[in-house]
Amino acid sequence: MYGWCEKIARINLSDQTWSVETVDPEILKKFIGGRGLAGYYLRKRITHHWDDPDMPLLIFTGPLVNTRSPTSGRMTIMSRSPLTGTVGDSSVGGSFGTELKKAGLDGIIITGKSHTLAGIEILNGSIRITDARHLAGRQTGYVHSLLKGKGSRAVIGPAAENGVVFSSIIVDRHFAAGRCGIGRVPASKNIKYITVKGTCKTKIFNALDLKGAREDIFRLAAASPVLLGEFGISRFGTGALYDLMDARRMMPTDNFRKTKFSRASLMNAHAFKKKYAPKKSGCRGCHILCKKITKNRTPMPEFETMSHFSALLENSDIQSVVRANRICNEMGMDTISAAATLACFSEISQKRLAPDEIVSLLVDIGKKRGVGRDLGRGAAAYAKRSGHSDLAMAVKGQELPAYDPRGAYGMALAYATSTRGGCHLRAYPISHEILRKPVATDRFSFKGKARVIKIGEDLNAVADSLTACKFIFFAASLEEYAKIYTAVTGIKTSAQDLFKTGERICYNERMMNAANGFTEKDDDLPDRFFNSPGYKNGNIDIDPIDREAFLKARSDYYAVRKLDKKGMPVPDTARTLGLDVL
Amino acid sequence: MDQIFRTYEDKFLKNGLADLGAPLLGLLDARLSWNRNDIACAELERLFEHLNINSLVFSQPAEPYRSIVDYLAETSGGIIFPSDCETRTFLHDLPVSFDFSLESIILALKERKSVIIPGQGIITYGTVSLEQAYVTFSSVCFACFVKFFSDYLYDIKHGKINNRRQNLFDLLVKRLEPAPCFKGSLMEGPFDSEISVYQAIQEAGMLTVEHRLVDSYFGNISFCYNDTLYISQTGSSLDNLQGFIDPCPLDGSSCTAITASSELPAHLKIVKNTGNKAILHGHPRFSVILSMDCDIEKCECKGQCHMKCPYERFVGDIPIVSGEVGSGPYGLCNTVPEAIKGRPGVIVYGHGLFTTGQRDFNQPFENLIKIENHCREEYFNRVRSFGRAGHQP
Repeated sequence: MYGWCEKIARINLSDQTWSVETVDPEILKKFIGGRGLAGYYLRKRITHHWDDPDMPLLIFTGPLVNTRSPTSGRMTIMSRSPLTGTVGDSSVGGSFGTELKKAGLDGIIITGKSHTLAGIEILNGSIRITDARHLAGRQTGYVHSLLKGKGSRAVIGPAAENGVVFSSIIVDRHFAAGRCGIGRVPASKNIKYITVKGTCKTKIFNALDLKGAREDIFRLAAASPVLLGEFGISRFGTGALYDLMDARRMMPTDNFRKTKFSRASLMNAHAFKKKYAPKKSGCRGCHILCKKITKNRTPMPEFETMSHFSALLENSDIQSVVRANRICNEMGMDTISAAATLACFSEISQKRLAPDEIVSLLVDIGKKRGVGRDLGRGAAAYAKRSGHSDLAMAVKGQELPAYDPRGAYGMALAYATSTRGGCHLRAYPISHEILRKPVATDRFSFKGKARVIKIGEDLNAVADSLTACKFIFFAASLEEYAKIYTAVTGIKTSAQDLFKTGERICYNERMMNAANGFTEKDDDLPDRFFNSPGYKNGNIDIDPIDREAFLKARSDYYAVRKLDKKGMPVPDTARTLGLDVL
Repeated sequence: MDQIFRTYEDKFLKNGLADLGAPLLGLLDARLSWNRNDIACAELERLFEHLNINSLVFSQPAEPYRSIVDYLAETSGGIIFPSDCETRTFLHDLPVSFDFSLESIILALKERKSVIIPGQGIITYGTVSLEQAYVTFSSVCFACFVKFFSDYLYDIKHGKINNRRQNLFDLLVKRLEPAPCFKGSLMEGPFDSEISVYQAIQEAGMLTVEHRLVDSYFGNISFCYNDTLYISQTGSSLDNLQGFIDPCPLDGSSCTAITASSELPAHLKIVKNTGNKAILHGHPRFSVILSMDCDIEKCECKGQCHMKCPYERFVGDIPIVSGEVGSGPYGLCNTVPEAIKGRPGVIVYGHGLFTTGQRDFNQPFENLIKIENHCREEYFNRVRSFGRAGHQP
């Protein structure tokens, strides 16, 4: 086949063995790669507890990776989420996905549990399990430096080893597989790091067609204000969204009690740029280069991190935001969940956190000491233990990102229906509700949003499976990526064929969640969003969401997604989509 | 849903894209609704079953688009390849289905945003709103218009016009709307408040659309006031700019203008290079058509005219420059700001026209009309020089 390696590696840590197997081409066509293919393999074990040795940790790339396809240097890390109990996955950049393909693999499946802390080193077709006991408790930066020369690196920090439920995996020092507490899975298997290096080339079906399709996408990207515009993410990083969220009065502030941060203009991307003068950086093979890193290799916080460590905590100290970001990366913790948990703590304890306190609490969480021990359980568990469950701003146990759902109703529905809990990326309606792409939709209306969210989820499932960056879809569409897919793989496809695959991938995830007891009760938002306004000044009012309208939209979503009235998968739909009914 | 349908029925009519009662509009959320009953509904319903879409338009375009679209489709061999900027960037090409067969329509729509069925109409769709389907419909009409007149000029020079095409051309010329004309005046500058700036932008945007100097979705407009550039948002309709203008501080201290028009970099450079405050960018058709008329047969950049042109080209004293949408290496922000210095306007190859003014939008709007009318006249002069054309209205 073109595009894929048709090979995956299975690594069993319990008996320290590994093997490489050939993947059925039909499975590759049905699930593509990345999130789709990882989901296919996860489903067989999804009812296992997340730290059961038989629960796999899956790392998968897609057919476009290691080719000249735009923005395709990504991969998915997946398992059952330690944070939510749902499907747990993160799409992550850097060069790990590319190196994995160069090593001749579409993915790796890690099961079992090592007796002592270990590392996994992949070099072309060969895999070595190493002793990593000397790295116990070490921060990710140290481990990355030590492993330099071994190719691309995926590393966990002390937070994962200490059981923080929102632990991340840090790839190539600056790229986080942040969400779902995915970092805790390798920790449970006693894996500190994975490195991969390879020299294989990925076979392309038609290089000329790929060139033409690339040009179409580059042209669209150049025409996109959000990507390559004067104030786009290429120039300012994802923090470019900060001013807009504030202007639209939907910046989560003070643990989502407000949606406008009075000191936002002091904490925006321009302020960071002025203070730190960062340079452009990014994932392998990407021309957008949205990551910003200073000369002394300090990464600038992404938008979510900027917003949550400032507005959500009512903090206007820039340096502390940069420090918080660095600590989360070094400790291996998700910045969104970490900041949201601190905001929840701040509200429950009725104590405004000073910049230094934010930083020291993060260290305490990572090191599992003092109150950090409790906060490391995440906002939902912490709030529950404190008797204030209603003050955790989370969906299915995962803390919400930096778009207040009262300011964008599609986002509200998407948070609720996301298969991995509070996540903005599954349907990414910010694209049309705020960024006006492909065209603007009414952000204060649920009308038509059920189907729009379903379509968005399908689209992003495909993006995560190809694997391509979601940002490029602010400009391009599956119409252009279908051409790329065909040029790379030789398989004739269309935008609509890919949408159908996306639908299959999403339904597969709903089936996995249903198998673990998730129901419509879990497809919901915290009460605050239905009861309290976010902002009022007569010009732009951010009112509470109408609960009835939300429930109607959710019910419509179930109909559009062909679930039953309770949001549960239907065997006939599963069969129609080519999914096994277990 | 009814209100949405009425809004779009009005837009089709007002912008001359479809006749009253022609557009069939479908919207699907949990349930499918149509703006009216039609025999085609049953068949089109099945498109929603096969395609991951939420909205659909099926309509005969109004004249002159109808005749143009049908002609191009019938003579296309299955796909129409316009070479204007909008098609190149957003639509790529225009597939044709020679009959109203579900299978063939689905085949086309699985890959592209529109399908033309000669004699029956155009089908377009959206994945987030009816606006998408409307915009695509409008773009197809624009692209076909530009292609027909552009190809005609090229082919008449090369002696390749047959009777059918000549007859159609003659008919279309008779049906052309009169050249745009404006005798009034717009709000006069200098403006003394932000509110006046917003009003002036909205007024100029509205008139630009009313005079058919842009199809409403495209084009952009800005005014610089108190070190802030006020510019229309990306994907906004110039005839409906209330609430869709972004303030962009010139010192770059806020990224709020991340939703501004794709041409923000060009607008900023024009302000910086020329000191002009008002900038208007439309897509008047004959300016676009004429920009693509080039007699140089052996050119090192053949086929790349939209990206680079080694020659200095003019219509009268108006430069024609290369440049793509936005800020890429071949972006028009690299060509227009330099070329517009000391000129009443600049035409971008296959794309549109930029004009500027120092105090308000009177001069740029007047120049937009003047240049377009000059291009229209020049187009017919060139056609007439081959002795075949009728007289334009």
